[in-house]
Amino acid sequence: MVHFTAEEKAAVVSLWAKVNVELVGGEVLGRLLVVYPWTQRFFDNFGNLSSESAIMGNPKVKAHGKKVLTSFGNAVKHMDDLKDTFAELSELHCDKMHVDPENFKLLGNMILIVLATHFSKEFTPQVQAAWQKLTAAVANALAHRYH
Amino acid sequence: MVLSAADKSNVKACWGKIGSHAGEYGAEALERTFCSFPTTKTYFPHFDLSHGSAQVKAHGQKVADALTQAVAHGQKVADALTQAVAHMDDLPTAMSALSDLHAYKLRVDPVNFKFLSHCLLVTLACHHPAEFTPAVHASLDKFFSAVSTVLTSKYR
Repeated sequence: MVHFTAEEKAAVVSLWAKVNVELVGGEVLGRLLVVYPWTQRFFDNFGNLSSESAIMGNPKVKAHGKKVLTSFGNAVKHMDDLKDTFAELSELHCDKMHVDPENFKLLGNMILIVLATHFSKEFTPQVQAAWQKLTAAVANALAHRYH
Repeated sequence: MVLSAADKSNVKACWGKIGSHAGEYGAEALERTFCSFPTTKTYFPHFDLSHGSAQVKAHGQKVADALTQAVAHGQKVADALTQAVAHMDDLPTAMSALSDLHAYKLRVDPVNFKFLSHCLLVTLACHHPAEFTPAVHASLDKFFSAVSTVLTSKYR
């Protein structure tokens, strides 16, 4: 189990309170699809993903991004219990969606980068480190039930 | 992975905008790397960056020295990247000496280039959020990846 210090938890929780989940979620997923185009393989039914503007403006991308980041919000609430929190989602991503867990790492890094664009100076190295730890732990939790 | 004309143009424009801040950003990216990925500090035992080490606590000067060294190293990395930006059409030739250095002397495990590249992106995203569009982000990611590949190309 990953251990988060009080400072790390505080850094995560206080930043999360300021996050516009709908906006940031859309940006995170959009950037994933732009920067790592091979991730588009999971979204054949999303319509037009042919360019940066098409992807970033795509309503299905925004909606799904919001869904994913909302789920991530659950991680923030259960930082001490990520494996159990994401057990069901882990099985789902393996058995139904067939997503390579490597993609969870890529998405985690997109979350970090979008937070950086939104929070700038506030996104100090220490705050970043806390978030790196959380995204890595969530990625592990989501991969935990794979078989 | 090939850098398209658009990628090269994005990288040149972004790097041009950074201008004299390159060294500062290099240092910040290093600091972020050491903070988020503590295993990277193993390559810099001579900097003595260990968090809460008795030496660090007791000797403020030592901390200042470590930070000065990190800053100098950040400048070094930034200067090398500036060179790379100027020679994007032939990175292997332009970076041959650094390639040799990393392969035969430094032997930094390849995974670490990804950590530094990511922290360079985070640093740029923090300081230039408006310019750091998804397309520019993608181009920079590709560029750092290309540089990393060249630096590890002679490893075996």
